[in-house]
Amino acid sequence: MALQKEKTPVKSQDPELRIKNFDEVCLGYNKSEAVQEAGRCLQCKDPACVKGCPVEVPIPDFIKAIIDDDLDRAAHIIKSKNNLPAICGRVCPQEEQCEKLCIMGKKYEPVAIGRLERFVGDYALKKAGVSDSRPAKIMKKKEKIAVVGSGPAGLTAAADLAKEGYQVTLFEALHAAGGVLRYGIPEFRLPENILDQEVSEIQKLGVEIKLNVVIGKTITIDELFAEGYSTVFIGTGAGLPKFLGLPGENLNGIYSANEFLTRVNLMKAYKFPEYKTPVRIGKKVAVIGGGNVAMDSARTAVRLGAEEVSIIYRRSKEELPARDEEIEHAEEEGVIFRLSNNPTAFHGENGRVKSIECVKMKLEGIDSSGRPVPVPVAGSNWSLEVDNVIIAIGQTPNPLLKYNTPGLKTNLNGGIIVDENLSASIPGVYAGGDIVTGAATVIKAMGAGKKAAQSIIKYLEEK
Amino acid sequence: MYKIIEKENLAPGIKRIRVEAPLIARKTHPGNFIILRIGEFDERIPLTVADYDRDKGTITLIFQEVGYTTERLGSLEAGDYIQDLVGPLGKRLDLEGCKKVICIGGGSGTALLYPIVKAFHEKGAEILTITGARNKELVILEKELRTVSDKLFITTDDGSYGRHGFVTDILADLLITHSDIDLVVAIGPVPMMKAVSRITPANIKTIVSLNALMVDGTGMCGGCRVTVGGETKFTCVDGPAFDGHQVDFDEIMNRQSYYQEEEKHICRLGREVNS
Repeated sequence: MALQKEKTPVKSQDPELRIKNFDEVCLGYNKSEAVQEAGRCLQCKDPACVKGCPVEVPIPDFIKAIIDDDLDRAAHIIKSKNNLPAICGRVCPQEEQCEKLCIMGKKYEPVAIGRLERFVGDYALKKAGVSDSRPAKIMKKKEKIAVVGSGPAGLTAAADLAKEGYQVTLFEALHAAGGVLRYGIPEFRLPENILDQEVSEIQKLGVEIKLNVVIGKTITIDELFAEGYSTVFIGTGAGLPKFLGLPGENLNGIYSANEFLTRVNLMKAYKFPEYKTPVRIGKKVAVIGGGNVAMDSARTAVRLGAEEVSIIYRRSKEELPARDEEIEHAEEEGVIFRLSNNPTAFHGENGRVKSIECVKMKLEGIDSSGRPVPVPVAGSNWSLEVDNVIIAIGQTPNPLLKYNTPGLKTNLNGGIIVDENLSASIPGVYAGGDIVTGAATVIKAMGAGKKAAQSIIKYLEEK
Repeated sequence: MYKIIEKENLAPGIKRIRVEAPLIARKTHPGNFIILRIGEFDERIPLTVADYDRDKGTITLIFQEVGYTTERLGSLEAGDYIQDLVGPLGKRLDLEGCKKVICIGGGSGTALLYPIVKAFHEKGAEILTITGARNKELVILEKELRTVSDKLFITTDDGSYGRHGFVTDILADLLITHSDIDLVVAIGPVPMMKAVSRITPANIKTIVSLNALMVDGTGMCGGCRVTVGGETKFTCVDGPAFDGHQVDFDEIMNRQSYYQEEEKHICRLGREVNS
C-alpha cells in the first residue's frame, strides 16, 4: 500500500451551519477512518511521540490495537495512563506534544494521534454506557485523601489514587464537577455529555464528589486533616481573571472571558430564557487576547448572534498563542483578526461601552519568554466601535485558599510553591496544575495530577 | 439539596427563610454571604446571611423579592429544597475595637444589618441603630433590633411610622450630638449608602456592604468588580464590605442595571407561567 502522506481527513460541521448552533464542530473519525489513519503509524521501537505526552500514553500500542480491531484493548491501554481520553482527544494541543515528535511528521504530516485518541475515548464511553465497566475489585485502603478542585488536575489525581484503593473525596466549589472543562471550554469543542460521562467513569472508581464546598471557606485544610484526611491535593486552577487596568474597563458590556464563558457554558445562558442566567451580546464584539480562551470567546460570541467579532492581539499571527486548529476554525467562522493592535482605553455612553481606542504595535527584539516585544507605534491610535468587549488576556492562580491557609507558601504570581514531588510547604499537602504553574493546558494539569498521585502514594506507603 | 425549615413573611415582598446547611452555619460570621441556585434552570444569586445557628446547623436568609429568582425563592415553603447553596463567602467584618457605633439599615438591608448589630452588642459596644423603610408596612425586625441596640431610630419615607424622612436625617443629627462615634455601618440601597458616606466625616470610618452582580462568588468571574480608592476590587473576595469614603457608587449603580431588560423578560415569563 502506498504511503499516505497526509492525515486522514476528519469530518466537521460546515461553518455556515455551525455558527448558528452550539453542537460540536469536529465530528471525529468513524471506524474505517480510524483504521486507515492508524495504518500510517510506523510503530517505532523507541517511540518519540510518547516522550511528548505529559501522561506518557503508550501511543503506538493503542494504535496497534486499533489496527488489530481490538478497541477494548486500545481503550485499556490509553486508560492505564490517561483517565480522560475523550476529553484529551478533543482539547490537547497534540501538535505541540505527541504529534510534534512523531517521526512521520519529519517528512509528511504526523499521525493524527489526537483524533485516534478521541475515537478510542468515545468508544470507551459508549461501551461504559451499555455495560458495567467497573474495574476489577480494588483492595480498599484505609487512608482518606482530599482532592480540592475537580478540574483536569483534580480529576486525574482522584482517579489515580482511587485506582490504588484509597478513599478519595473530591471537593468542588461550583455546583457541577469539571472545573475549566465545565465553565470554560464551550460545548462546541467539548460537549457537556462527554464531560458528564468521563466524570461518572471516575465516580465508578469509588471517588466521592462533594459539590458546593469551597475549601478554605466552608472547610479549611486544617479541618480536613482533623476530619481524618491523610493528605490533601490542591488543584484549584488559575481562576482569577486578569484585567488590563485601562480607563473605562468597568463600563457595562465589558466581560472577563471567565465571566462570559461561565455564563454561557456552566449557566447555559445560550439557552436563555429556558435557563435563567442572561448574557448580553450586541452586534459588534471585540475580544482582547490571542489564546485558546480568546478563540473560544470569539466563536461563542459568533454563535450568540454577533455580526462582527474581532480578535485584538498585540503581536502578529506567528505569535498567536492559540492552537492552529482553533485559529482556523475562528477564521472559517468569520472572526476578524486585528493583529498588532493593543487597546489603550474604553469609551462609553450612558454607562455602556461604545468604542475601544487602540494603538498599532510593531515588534522589536526578544523578551525573556523568547517572544518578540510589541512596542506601540507613536501617533497610530485608532478607534473601533463595539457593543461588547471580552477580555481574554489570561488568568492567575485563585488566591482564595492562600488567604485562608496560613503556612501555605506561594510565589509572587500567587502560585503555590512545591518541590519536585509537588509537595507544598505544609506536610501532607500537594499541589499541581495551574494553581502551581499559572494558566497552562488541560493535559499539563493532568500530568501534574498524575505525578502528585504518585508522590502521595509514596508518601503514604513510607509513612 | 438544602431543606427550608421555616418560612415567614416579614413584610410585603420581604421573606425570611431558615435553611438546613450545617457546614455553612458552622463557619459563618457577620458580613459573610452565600450563593444559591434554586434548581437546574436557575441563576446563581448572592444573599447575605442574616443569622445562623451553629447548634441547629441552620442559616437564615432574608430577601426582598426584586426579580425572577427572588420571587421564585419567595414562593418556596417550609419543606421545599434549594438545590445548591455554597458559602460562607466574602470577608467577615472586623468588629474589634469599636466602643460606639452607628448602624444604619435601609429597606431589606436592615435584615443584613441585624447580625452585625447583634455581634457588636455581644462585644459590648454602644450601638445607635437607624432603620429606614418606605412606609410602616415595610419596617422589619423592629423588635429584634431594639433588643440588641442601645437606641433605635426609625424613619419612613411617607411618615406613616417613626420619623418622616430618611435615615440620613437622623444620622446628621447624631453626628452633631455624639462626638465619640468610632464607626458607621450602612447597608441598604446604593443611593442610601452613597448619601451616608457623603455625610460622615473623613475621620469616622464608614463601612458599606455592596450587593454586586456575580456568578461564582469565589473570584473567578470578575463580574462583581467595583472601584474602591481608584483600584478595581472584587466584591466577592475583597468585600462585600468596603470603606464607603472610597467606593465609586455611581459605577455600582450603573453595573447593577446591566441586565434589567433580561430580568423584565423572565419576570414576565415567570408570571405568565404562574398565573
